[in-house]
Amino acid sequence: MKRLLLTGNGAAAWGARLAKAEYIPAFPITPQTEIIENLAAWIDSSEMPGRLVTLESEHSMMTAAGGAAAAGVRVFSATSSQGLLYAMEMLYTVAGWRVPFVLVNVSRALSAPITLEPDHNDVFAARDSGFIQIHCSTCQEVVDAVLLAYRLAEHPDIRLPVMVNLDGFYLSFTREPVTLPDQQGAAEFVGGFDPLGMAFRAGAPLSQAVAVLGGSQYSYFRYQQHLASLQALDVYDDLEREFFGRFGRSHPAVEAYRTDEAEMVFLMTGSFATKAGNAVDALRESGIRAGLVRPRLLRPFPVRRLRQVLRGVRGIAVIDQNLSVGKGGILYTELASALYGQENAPVLLSFIGGLGGRDISGEEFIGIARVTIDAIRSGSVPEPRLLYTADELRHIRKLQAIASVQQENHCRNHE
Amino acid sequence: MYRIRFHGRGGQGMKTAGRILGTSFFLEGFDVQDAPRYGAERRGAPIFAYVRASRSVIQERGVIRRPSLVVVADDTLAGLPEADVLGGQSADTVMAILSDVPEGTWRSRLNLDSPIVCIPRPDAIKGYAGQAMAGVCCAAVAARLCGSIPKSTLARAVREELGFLAPSVLERSLSEASRMFDSLAPYEAVVRDRPDREFSCDNPPGWVELFHDAAAVAAPVIFGGLTSRLLKTGMWRTFRPVIDTARCRRCWWLCSSFCPDSAIHVGDDGIPAIDYEHCKGCLVCVARCPVHAISAVPESRGVRQENGEEAV
Repeated sequence: MKRLLLTGNGAAAWGARLAKAEYIPAFPITPQTEIIENLAAWIDSSEMPGRLVTLESEHSMMTAAGGAAAAGVRVFSATSSQGLLYAMEMLYTVAGWRVPFVLVNVSRALSAPITLEPDHNDVFAARDSGFIQIHCSTCQEVVDAVLLAYRLAEHPDIRLPVMVNLDGFYLSFTREPVTLPDQQGAAEFVGGFDPLGMAFRAGAPLSQAVAVLGGSQYSYFRYQQHLASLQALDVYDDLEREFFGRFGRSHPAVEAYRTDEAEMVFLMTGSFATKAGNAVDALRESGIRAGLVRPRLLRPFPVRRLRQVLRGVRGIAVIDQNLSVGKGGILYTELASALYGQENAPVLLSFIGGLGGRDISGEEFIGIARVTIDAIRSGSVPEPRLLYTADELRHIRKLQAIASVQQENHCRNHE
Repeated sequence: MYRIRFHGRGGQGMKTAGRILGTSFFLEGFDVQDAPRYGAERRGAPIFAYVRASRSVIQERGVIRRPSLVVVADDTLAGLPEADVLGGQSADTVMAILSDVPEGTWRSRLNLDSPIVCIPRPDAIKGYAGQAMAGVCCAAVAARLCGSIPKSTLARAVREELGFLAPSVLERSLSEASRMFDSLAPYEAVVRDRPDREFSCDNPPGWVELFHDAAAVAAPVIFGGLTSRLLKTGMWRTFRPVIDTARCRRCWWLCSSFCPDSAIHVGDDGIPAIDYEHCKGCLVCVARCPVHAISAVPESRGVRQENGEEAV
């Protein structure tokens, strides 16, 4: 094992290299491009065997990934944001083909308006596609998750594509210390790819079980994807234990940080969760029993695990770095459905923060905890809140003034 | 924890500065985060990079809000709100600025009580080709001012980060880093190692309720050319074109026609004038002028000439 400074993108590329990915269909997009650049450089210098092909779009890239996996080749690919959405049709399709491969998504908020920085609406748009989803919060987790992802994807009870998500900028371009598994240890852990009889060849046409027409058949095959995905809950636990035994790092399906005796917890995904951990330490020092719960697996959704770690917690602040327009936070909705009807269910508060890469400050985490404690004590749950400050609004009003937007009769946020 | 921000312009090696400093701390056993923050991704546009280094595991993420050290590679950024050089500075934030303007001037201009270290710009970064060397110099400044990095470690980090360059460039980088490091001996360790927690549990977050605005406000029609005139892209320059009107033949069309930003206007007297609020410093006009009446002047000198602090 080697410890070095790596960006999240560098860690993702190392994951593919250590897993001995053989075929990489690629299309560049900020902030993902560095992954492809790394892999291209290694293949060019023969440090990594395999073939990298640039396609004309993410739609074709995803088709090539699915086709190659069906041919029995180990496939890696990566995209982000608009690219993921451009491939959306094929995400559902290749999941339906039940072909195993790993796709890294570098989260970046969706246009319009435009930003290069992250939120999770891109990866949540693929929530129902059939891909398994692992969400990372450090660069270390990225390389480890790619290795775990191949085992999950290629498991004979699952055989679904897996998406590994990391945040643009906050991880993709940020170097931090990463311990790289050695090539031999990684290869032993991941093992060879057994395609279980899949042998798609252009010269030898064959069809897989999904080539059927009609609702009854469709229901069977689609629901089988669902059941396979649910299998991944237990399989992940086993793999994660095996990974810990071999490499000494633990990545449970649901991370529970200082949840012992916790009165309130933050519940969120992604890189900002490390900042929540910082706030938890500060709150504990000041006598507030706070904790952090972070689902790594988003699909399948680890309902049983979440119920376990949230038992006894009286209030949960769900921080959604995404927005379902016309409804609210997606994670909040998911969690509510997991806890509805449970005995002594905690109060659930919804906070929307970090849209388009907007930062979440330490003071805001403390503020969220205070609002949550108040709700626990009073039993009255406040409306969902967008994390947005008076300073930010003042800035927007200035921009609107520059654009000569007539505000007098239309704005309610007067100073 | 040390929190360092490097401010410069695209092409001045701020990402490299962050990486060299990050690697230096890492080699000394620190936990490290280093990252560039891109925006316009254009040569000359303000960019910054940041480094965190701590003896314990770093949980903080993203842009540094309360820096312990700010290193400014290009002093023309100091007055630009877009560059936000002063963002989050407090009484014990050290500001190191590569500038030929004296420290006292900066102190009064910026109205700062906190420590300012004014470092004369090394000759190596003065020419157009030397721009990129600013990053190496800034890394050396930060290493010396933080005081936790021996010179040998800095050199090792420069080799690790720039080893892919031509040997002559690497050697020049090493000698510039070394010279800068040596020259700052009196400032060894002036930057304090601060507590790992940068936020206070007592400050309210300052939230505001966001109410519905009518579509005319929230999805406005932006009116015509007003906005582009208000967006002052002149801040992207590292070099500015300056017209010698004595040499100008008043041909009235070449420089203004070729200017990709319509930033040169020809007056009724036939004399072209450059709109420095919007000239991005591409220097196309310098190349096009057949009588060589337009010269390229480093932006910092141009600013001083404009302020009457230096003879034209």
